Amino acid sequence: MADPMRIRATAKDGGINVKILMAHEMETGQRKDSAGKPIPAHFITHVSAMWQGKEVLSANWGPAIAKNPFLEFNFKGGKKGEKIQVTWTDNKGEKRTDEASIN
Amino acid sequence: MTSIKLRAVVALFGLALVCAAQAQQAAAPKKAATQTKKAANSSPSAIAAEFEKFRDIMEDASPAELFEAKGEELWKMKRGPKNASLEQCDLGQGRGVVKGAYVRMPRYFADADQVMDAERRIVYCMVTLQGFKEADLAKKPFSSGSHTPDPVSLVTYVAANSRGMKIAVPQKHPREREAFNVGKEIFNYRAGPWDFSCDTCHGESGLRIRTQDLPNLTSKKEAIAAFQSWPGYRMTGGLMHSLQWRLNDCFRQQRFPEPGYVSETISDLMTYLGVNANGHVYKGPGIKR
Repeated sequence: MADPMRIRATAKDGGINVKILMAHEMETGQRKDSAGKPIPAHFITHVSAMWQGKEVLSANWGPAIAKNPFLEFNFKGGKKGEKIQVTWTDNKGEKRTDEASIN
Repeated sequence: MTSIKLRAVVALFGLALVCAAQAQQAAAPKKAATQTKKAANSSPSAIAAEFEKFRDIMEDASPAELFEAKGEELWKMKRGPKNASLEQCDLGQGRGVVKGAYVRMPRYFADADQVMDAERRIVYCMVTLQGFKEADLAKKPFSSGSHTPDPVSLVTYVAANSRGMKIAVPQKHPREREAFNVGKEIFNYRAGPWDFSCDTCHGESGLRIRTQDLPNLTSKKEAIAAFQSWPGYRMTGGLMHSLQWRLNDCFRQQRFPEPGYVSETISDLMTYLGVNANGHVYKGPGIKR
């Protein structure tokens, strides 16, 4: 099972500032282990953020993103108490969704 | 990959030797030694200051929080052969009380008749409440590659619940005072093929290995460094490590026999380091390079 994310959403200057930490290996597939065998690629391919049923961020990711990635973005609209949902999907088809309230 | 790693390790040991040599030098022609030290120190401190800035920026986006979240999940989840959560675990502040427990450990626990540090106590609870076997937990106790042992996440969660609190490692019980004295003894005990002790590198201010400043853990002012640094997220390799690991690794680097996982030795040493850091404010799990 994938580990939880940390999401912070704060109302700032008329918009919403969202900070997300994701727990993921982000293995590129280019590295080898101590026995010389390649370590299979395992990375997030897509991140999406939903606010009130509306997608406010959609991102295609690849192996160039670092381990345990941090993502910050702003969007307009939204107010305190409303919910943000963030979902990532990786190349093995694993998924994780977490939710946070705007404050 | 391996060869690079090996080289780095060799380099580190080389420098550790330099550090030992410096320490010996300091005993004889003191003036000359301090002068070289001063010259060598100017740039690494600047790097350390830069890193502090980075740490400040990363403070509200520290990957340590991921392990905090995972630890919280593990704490509350029913697990193990006995299918129990850790919410009945007494960390010294009453059953299930996590807040403020970390800054008041190691402490004496009457039920175990031992002075225990946080990780040792967590393992104790995992064994007694959840029915895990200590031998299994000790098989691969430290983070490596993509593996983070459960006690590491748990101790990160417990430590995070003492964020912003004053360190107050107790010395009321005679066993706690004994632990302090034994810990001090271990800290100053010179042995091994290099005749090292913890004190060799951590008994004097202004020493360093490569760009890493070595805190003087015998001084009240700098002793906070040991308490503050771990549990910490290490950027190199992206691993979460606890103080348990750090101390174990110090023994390894000194070429000592490695202590057993969550052993009395480590608890005693942590008591000594913790009491030295008493009064400082603990900032919570953070980032290390």
